[in-house]
Amino acid sequence: MKASLTLGKVSNFIGLGFFTTLKDLFTGKLEKEDFKNFLRKTIVPLASILLFIGLWHLGAKSLYNIEAEFKIEKALTDQGQAAADALTACIASGESSCQPNTLPSPSQVWESFQSLLRDHNIISADKAAFAEKTATLNAKRIAEGKDAITYTGRPSFVDQIFRSLQTVFAGFLLALLIAVPLGIFIGLSPTLKSAFNWFIQIFKPVSPVVWYLLVFMIVKTLLIDSNEDSSFTISFISVGFCSMWATLVNTAMGVSSVDKDYINVAKVLKLGTFQKIFKVVLPSSLPLIFTGLKITLSVAWMVLIAIELLAQSPGLGLFVWEEFQNGANDSNAKIIVAMFVIGIIGFLLDRLMLTIQNWVSFDKTDAI
Amino acid sequence: MAYLELNNIYKSYDQGDGETEVLSNINLKIEEGEFVAIVGFTGSGKTTLVNLINGLITPTSGAVLFKGEPVIGTSHERGVIFQNYSLLPWLTVGQNVFMAVKEAFPKKNKQELNEIVANYVEMVSLTPAINKRPNELSGGMRQRVAVARALAMKPEMIIMDEPLGALDALTRGNLQDEILNIWGKDKRTALLITNDVDEGIYMADRIIPLRPGPNATLGPEFKIDLERPRDKTEMNDNPNFKKTRNEIIEYLMDIGNERKSEAKQEIILPDLVPKDFVNQFKFGN
Repeated sequence: MKASLTLGKVSNFIGLGFFTTLKDLFTGKLEKEDFKNFLRKTIVPLASILLFIGLWHLGAKSLYNIEAEFKIEKALTDQGQAAADALTACIASGESSCQPNTLPSPSQVWESFQSLLRDHNIISADKAAFAEKTATLNAKRIAEGKDAITYTGRPSFVDQIFRSLQTVFAGFLLALLIAVPLGIFIGLSPTLKSAFNWFIQIFKPVSPVVWYLLVFMIVKTLLIDSNEDSSFTISFISVGFCSMWATLVNTAMGVSSVDKDYINVAKVLKLGTFQKIFKVVLPSSLPLIFTGLKITLSVAWMVLIAIELLAQSPGLGLFVWEEFQNGANDSNAKIIVAMFVIGIIGFLLDRLMLTIQNWVSFDKTDAI
Repeated sequence: MAYLELNNIYKSYDQGDGETEVLSNINLKIEEGEFVAIVGFTGSGKTTLVNLINGLITPTSGAVLFKGEPVIGTSHERGVIFQNYSLLPWLTVGQNVFMAVKEAFPKKNKQELNEIVANYVEMVSLTPAINKRPNELSGGMRQRVAVARALAMKPEMIIMDEPLGALDALTRGNLQDEILNIWGKDKRTALLITNDVDEGIYMADRIIPLRPGPNATLGPEFKIDLERPRDKTEMNDNPNFKKTRNEIIEYLMDIGNERKSEAKQEIILPDLVPKDFVNQFKFGN
């Protein structure tokens, strides 16, 4: 009883309230008046998901047919009846080499997802075997002061997800460390505000691609002596610069619009500058700062794909680009898998921020 | 020399064309240990007056003197109880009071400070709620925290800006008694701003009406000759109380009516005659 109560509280707290309703359904605790709620919160989303998959399936099928007809027609005009018949038979047999290349159906995407997981298992096993094989040699090399031999095989899909998450968190951290302190200074001082305003207005709408190029120009020169691969550094710095603006603007706004009553309290109590900032101004602007951070994280995740693609930095962006260039039979399906993974991770990141916001904010009703 | 002195105060916001005059010709003297109430309508500039005295704003012209010295900025000697409590919502009751005490007595160590906090929270009987946040408290409880916060700094003068305005009658009565108790104990000087004449009479030695703004100014003072401690129920039958109360209310009603009639005179309707549109659209005749 106590454990289930906690589960309900936790799932509500992290913004996944429908778990509670779902659990009530299975434990038979669902009251009649809750039924409507259950319908709205659980059945309706499930139904809309099914509808979406259905429409997708139908759409993919008709695109497939258009592409197939076009291919057969082309074979007929170019090579004659025999080639067209052979192609028709080949498409009908499901042979992968002659399948029309178009939007994959839901089942193809699901298959690709599973094959990516299998691929990951194979690569992991490979890696483990490599590590085992080189363990003694590496220990010896390190003792001799040489670099250890590292696994240089292809990263799996799952590895690339984690690499992307690393990049996005490094970028987010950079944005946080720059934007929050700068936002506080700008919010506190009208002079700094007018000094920085043009800067913010001009750089805020700059596209991720241009940020990448700018960072590339600078970092390339700064790391000119280093043998290390700078693509990770470049991509996380670009992500940070692209995404920090929302936090900067929101922090400055939050800090400059603290309730006048609180400022009066600080004055009447004669708080020092630091006390005033840390005890009054910051706590009061936390909700807005967090709204900014939430936007920053989602922007960071969104621009990450484009930047990884440009920087050739391993991750989901590079995965998508390589699959597109690859043009293998299941490439399109893998791209769609990556799309869903990106979307779902973005959603989870948003929930994570919401949870942290709920945790630190004084006003529990404020979080959206 | 009076304890607190306001000399010919004039206060306006926004210079130039958009100038709004709030207070003018304000003269007030408060002696040490006195309890003075200023009674006025809402929007008559009461809060501006309070902020002038506690040092949050400066007068456009004229001087505020506290113990003979001009008031520059806020001071721990003048404690303020704000109209809307102004508690910091992210701190607990204890932390709100602690923050004030720490600033007022920077030399004391943490344990001594905590003792002071505990004492004052106890005084407003909120010890059970000491670890609660303001949004978990009722309006009356919040106001009591604000009272505790102001008093824990041991100010020489307490300035109260409609401190009980938003409370129900019962809570209000209790808090009035509490404030009077504290004031009576160490005879601090107190200034109460209120819109409730009865409250003023019950608590203060003198009542001064504030004539409503723009250009609000202080009216003639009314002395309250009632023995302390005063008893609310007995007071209602006291002829002296009735007389003073009627005088003040009559005065306030008069200035209210004056204001209304002034307002009436100000409306001058433009002399407009409807244009003869019909003629414009006649063609061919």
